[in-house]
Formats: sequence, structure tokens, C-alpha cells
Amino acid sequence: MLAFIARRLLQSVIVMLVVAFIAFLVFRYVGDPLAALLSQDAKQADYDAARERLGLDQPFYVQFFYFVANALQGQFGISYRLQQPVSQLILERLPATIELAFASSIIALIGGVLLGIYTALRQRAVSTGIIMTLSLIGVSIPTFLIGIGLIYVFAVELKWLPSFGRGEVVQIGWWRTGLLTQSGLRSLILPAITLSLFQLTLIMRLVRAEMLEVMRTDYIRFARARGLSKRAINFGHALKNTMVPVITITGLQLGSVIAFAIITETVFQWPGVGSLFVNSVAAVDVPVMAAYLVFVALVFVVINLIVDILYFIVDPRLRVGAKTGR
Amino acid sequence: MQKSLARLTAVLIASTVLVGVANAETIRWARSSDALTLDPHSQNQGNTHTVAHHIYETLLGRDNDGSLTPRLATEWGLKEGDPTVWVFKLREGVKFHNGNDFTAEDVIYSIERAKSEFSNMKQLHAEVVSVSAVDDHTVEFQMKGPALIYPNNLTNTFIMDKTWSDEHDLAVVQDFASGASNYSVLNTNGTGPYTLVSREVDVKTVLTSHDGWWGEKPAVTDIEYLTIADAQTRVSALLSGEVDIVQDVPPQDIERLGNTEGFKVEIGPENRFIYFGYRFGEEPLKSSNITDSNPFNNPQVREAMELVLDRDAIKQVVMRGQSIPTGIPNPPFVNGWTPELDAYPKPDIEKAKALMVEAGYPDGFTVTLDTPNNRYVNDEAISTAYVGMLGQIGIKVTLASRPVAEHSPIILANNSDFYLLGWGVPTFDSAYVFNDLIHSKTDLHGTYNVGLYSNPELDEKIIALGTMDDIAARDATIAEIWNVVKADRVLMPVHNQVLAYAMREGVTLPVQPENQPNMTTVTFD
Repeated sequence: MLAFIARRLLQSVIVMLVVAFIAFLVFRYVGDPLAALLSQDAKQADYDAARERLGLDQPFYVQFFYFVANALQGQFGISYRLQQPVSQLILERLPATIELAFASSIIALIGGVLLGIYTALRQRAVSTGIIMTLSLIGVSIPTFLIGIGLIYVFAVELKWLPSFGRGEVVQIGWWRTGLLTQSGLRSLILPAITLSLFQLTLIMRLVRAEMLEVMRTDYIRFARARGLSKRAINFGHALKNTMVPVITITGLQLGSVIAFAIITETVFQWPGVGSLFVNSVAAVDVPVMAAYLVFVALVFVVINLIVDILYFIVDPRLRVGAKTGR
Repeated sequence: MQKSLARLTAVLIASTVLVGVANAETIRWARSSDALTLDPHSQNQGNTHTVAHHIYETLLGRDNDGSLTPRLATEWGLKEGDPTVWVFKLREGVKFHNGNDFTAEDVIYSIERAKSEFSNMKQLHAEVVSVSAVDDHTVEFQMKGPALIYPNNLTNTFIMDKTWSDEHDLAVVQDFASGASNYSVLNTNGTGPYTLVSREVDVKTVLTSHDGWWGEKPAVTDIEYLTIADAQTRVSALLSGEVDIVQDVPPQDIERLGNTEGFKVEIGPENRFIYFGYRFGEEPLKSSNITDSNPFNNPQVREAMELVLDRDAIKQVVMRGQSIPTGIPNPPFVNGWTPELDAYPKPDIEKAKALMVEAGYPDGFTVTLDTPNNRYVNDEAISTAYVGMLGQIGIKVTLASRPVAEHSPIILANNSDFYLLGWGVPTFDSAYVFNDLIHSKTDLHGTYNVGLYSNPELDEKIIALGTMDDIAARDATIAEIWNVVKADRVLMPVHNQVLAYAMREGVTLPVQPENQPNMTTVTFD
């Protein structure tokens, strides 16, 4: 067990280093931060001095070495654009992204499971056809269009919900939350729905397929033969066995929701790490961009690590393999 | 039940009364990007200055017509008998937000800080040798030589409180390499009309009016300055009533918003021109099929290129009417501008073709045009339009379109044969254009002289402008330089940009030519 975890940890470290390296390599070619940092009337001499001051005249490997050395201490340097420590900027904005990600995951999970069950149980109903068609359309429309459409209908025309931002926030320790105020909750609705639609469709189709599969199995037939109520069969037996893959997928998808909330955050001016990243790209704010990519990689690596360890605990075959295999 | 209803009514009435008495007018104002910092000398950048002007003040202000106005200085002039010294009389009775008195000491401290190594404002004060106090409310600036237009350089240099700055260790402007932030990035203490209530970077900055301000109390008492990066979302926020004023309105939305019930758009010229530049010199171009000469170096080719540039068509089609075509790379506010220089020729394809034949390029040539695609209004579309126009005389252009962060390094390294750029003139004087765009490229001049144009005679005149002590002679030299620049077609100006601010009916915010609107100028119907 310990050897397995140690091996997985080592793999994770290598993945992180590779990601950091790629991030650094790519960002070297996205442009020159000095163009955004210095004023229009800066002289050539000022450019040269600033380049030296920021260490941009150093060879690539030296810059990368300092980046890794500082990152290991949690230091990602100072944002070129906002002049604040990058780690502090990311931590400040993380609550907004996490709240949005969880809200959208809950919507996706509840909506997806309910619709999945419904469409599985009423296979031939007209409503099922409509839901399935709508879900296909929903998946094929780009997120930003859905966002803009929702803003147009619910903010501009109906004036029911805010079109941007996070509303009033409350500070609890270092966690700044919008979940405790009315305007915060109202602000959450549209972006959370926008971000949830893709996951919702995915979960719905997964639940429907699993459910149909399970409904055909022998034990459901036997249950029917035993005269159990429809409710007991559908929810007590069928659903329970459907949920295992759904939970796995939802857990894994949570990582990608956090990582890829970028578009939704931009459309709704949601002050999370995604919009921080987008604003940083425009200004070639390399320290923020690199730190963000490393952060996203960390989220994925940690989630995968947990999943692997859980499988290891749950599935005895893996344990045998680990003992005898090597 | 009855009781609680009565209580509710009472609360409602009380709250209405409170609002009535305070007569607070809050303006919610959205723009595409935030100020970079609140450190007043760290960045020389429009958005940053815009916010700073509400909190801090400068010695001199700038009216919406471009003229200088008194601010923290009430009078200014050259010292009698010595054209190398500027004397400023400071406003009396001014207090900083923390209650400290504003004195000559603060001016000396602030100018020295603005001149210091990591300040982005230092170029504007390069000619200042020292600043000294005559008394508490008079300061003298000793210049390297006569500097007639120096007061123009003061309109974005903010005055800090020396005592407060010393308390928070602010003598050094934020230095990225040191890895430390400084206190003034998020905290302020100015003499301006508003004080900082809260700031959430890239999200929201809240200001409230400063009761002790020396000026007339502004109609706007509270400001919520919001960053909304996405243009659609920004306009939606105005339409849904969540904000009152929106800057950076996309041209395609200007007409629509103006025609929408309950909203209006204020339009005015911006102090910024858009131009094309090309490479000079005998050396062949990097991106052309002509490998034995540089076609742009031929004056006939440049004339032909101007004769196919249909500035009015670009205004009509690309800019939807929202631009001011121009024949000179110099906005009308700026000293040195004349209607004669501003005139531009009508397109004449036949004549242009004849010129190309005369120049020895009857079949034209190929070249790459570098253009930014996220910096100026419709920048890429302007370039695309010109590519089509040049095609009429056989100049086949490949368009290389990039975000400004990638475009700028290419430009600064003189790695472009043909490019689009825009330029603002914050000093409102032609010398600013000459120094960076016309003067031969050196460490201190011609930073944006991308085409490496070089005319030693002009260089001498440009340098002389900096130290002339007779305003009439200086203006005459400016005119001489412009005549050469125009005749040589050193740059190919297209138009001056136009600014549009959209707002709800009942609020009026006039357009500021440097795109630095001030909420003290807002009026309510």
C-alpha cells in the first residue's frame, strides 16, 4: 500500500514538473510583458533596464530554475499587471470559482439524475424525445452563447437576475463568500446554470444508459416477478446500481469544471481564477499564467491520486497485483 | 400581524426620508479593464490615471478642450529673467484625506518620486534638475535648459503626502524584481474629490466624496467603478439597469444604444491617431518579392499608396461613421495642428498606377502588413480594408494579425516592413510625436520609429524644440518639421479615434479627449 502511494506520488511530481516546464516554454512565446508594462513614451534604454530588472534577459533554463525553486516554496512571484503576489491573487479568487463549480455540479447532478431516470423509465414518451433533442442542442451550443442568451432573457428583458459579478460578499476568515447574501445567491444562478449544462447532459445520458442496462438485468426481472412495487424496483434496486459510475464521473468532472470555468467566468464577469487567467493572458502576465496552469494541473493530479487510492482500497485485485507483480 | 405591518411601513418611510435628506447620487461606472495599481507613479497608463484623478490631484489639470487649468497650482509661469526656471504658486488651505496640510514639501517629494528609477512617469520629468521650495506655497522647478512646454507634462503626475508616504516607506516606486508589493498599491491618501472606500482588483472600486475637498461639491457623491471585460456583458449591464455609465462601447452598439429608449451615447474626438508605417532605407524588405531594393523608400510609391487610401470609405464602412479622417499624424487638440496639414487627397487610382509605373514597379510587389487585433478600435478591420485598396495598384499584402502583446515586441525591435499603430499625445504638443516617431532611432529617441526613418536635419530641429525660449520661433520650427514630414509621407495617417460613452437617460458624462472621464463633471437632469 505505502509503496503504491509512494510510486503514484512520484509520478504526480513528474507530471507537475512537466506541466510547469510546458507552461513556461509556451508563455515565453506569447508576447512581451514589457509592452503592457511600460508607458508609450518609454525609451529604448528603459526597455533594456526593465528587461534586466525582471530577469527576462536571463537564459530560459535559469528563469525556469528560479520559477520552480520559488514555486516549491509557494512563491509564484509578483503579478506584472497587478503588482501583488500571485499566490495571494489566486487564493483570493479561488472561493468564487469553487462556489461556482460546486453550485453548477449540484445542479448538474440533481438535474442530470432526475432527467436520466425520467427518460429511462418513460422511453417512448413524447416528453423524453423533447428532452433528448434539447439536450443535444444544449451540448452543441457554445457556452458563451448560452451565457449571453441567458443574460439577454433574464437580465436585460425580464430584469429578474443580475447580468454580471458576484453581488454582495461576506468575509469569513480568508474565505469570501457570496452564498450568505441574497444578491450573492441571485448572482450565482445564471453562471451556475450556464456552467452546469454540459455536465447535466453528460450525467443525464449516463444515468439513462446505465438505467436502461440495469432494467434489462435478471435481478430486476426477478424483482418484478416477486411483485415488488414499481417504486421499490426503480429507486431501491435499479437506481442504486446506476449511481456508482455516475459518482465517479461527477467527481472527475468537478476538476474540469473548476479548471474550465474560464468562459463562463468571462461572460458573467465572475471574479474567479478563470477570469483572472484571461485578464492575465491579455497583459502577458507570465507569473499569473504559469501559476494558474500549475494550479490546474495540481487539481487534476490530486483528484486522480485520490481516485486511484480509493480504487486501490475498494478493489482487492489491485492489491494482489501490487504485492505479487513487483 | 397588524403591529409588524405598521413597523414595516415605518421603516420604509424612514429609509425614504433618509435618502431624501442625504441626496446621495451614486454612479455605477463600468469599463473594460481596471486600473493597474493605485501607486500614482508606477504606471503611465490611461485607466490607471483615470482612477487616480478621482483620489489624487495634479498641479495642473486639463479641460475637455485640451487647455491647461489650475488645480493644485493656481498660477504658474517662467521665472522673471530666467527661462530655465518654472515657478508654481500652490493652492492654500488644501488638505489630504488624512487631514495633513498640502505644502511645497509634498510637491518636491512627489516630483522626485516620479523621477525615480522605477517610475513610469520619469520620461516626462527628464528635463527637471531639481525642485525647491521658495515658501510653503511656492515651488521652483530648475530645468536643464529653457523648457517652454513643460507644464503640459504635469497633468498626470499626482501629488502624494510626504509624511504619509514616509510612514509607509513609499520613497521607492514598486519594483517588480524585489518581489515585494508596496502599501500604496492598495491604499491611498490624496487631496482629490473622492476617498477610497474599498478596492477589489479587477472587480470593483468604491469611492465616496471627500468633504474637505477645496473644490465645489460634485453632484456625484459615490462612485462604484466596475470592471466588465466582455463587451456584450458590459452593454447588457447598462441595458438591464445594473450600471449607469459604460465606457469602451463597441462601434456596432453605438447607434443601437443611442436609439434605445432610456439610454444615450456621448460622442467626442479622442486624442489618438491611427496610422500605417513602413520601412525606409536602401536595404531590401524582409517580406517582399523585390530583393534588390526597398520599394517603400521611393517617394512615388509612398504617394501612390496614399492615393489609394480611401479614408472616407474606412470611416463609413469600417468605423460606421465613428472616426475623423486625417491627413496628418497629429490630433486637432495638439499644438502644431493646422487645417492645411490635416487635408488629405481624394483617392485617384489612375494617378497611383501611373506613379507605380514611373517608380519602376508596374506589376507592384508583395509585402507583409503587421497589425494588432485587440488594441485600437477595429484595428484589424482597418488593415484588411487597406490591403484591398493596395491590391488595386498591384501591391499584394499578406496580413499578419496578432494581439498587441505580440505585435509590440515586433514593432519595438524594428522587425516589421509595414505596420499599423496608434498614438496619443498626452502633452498636447507636437514635440511628443516627433521625439518618438520621427527622430532617428537612438537609446533616448525614436523608440517607435519602426520604419527607421532618418533625417539628420529634422533630428537637429527636434532636439532644439526642447530648449527653445521663444514660443513663436518654436511654433515656426514645429511647422517646418511638419511640412517635411507631410511632404515625405513619413507616416500614413488614417484617422483620429472617436470616443463614445453610453449612459442612462438623466445622466450626462462629457467625453474627455484622453479617455480619462471625471465623475466630478457628471450632471443630472
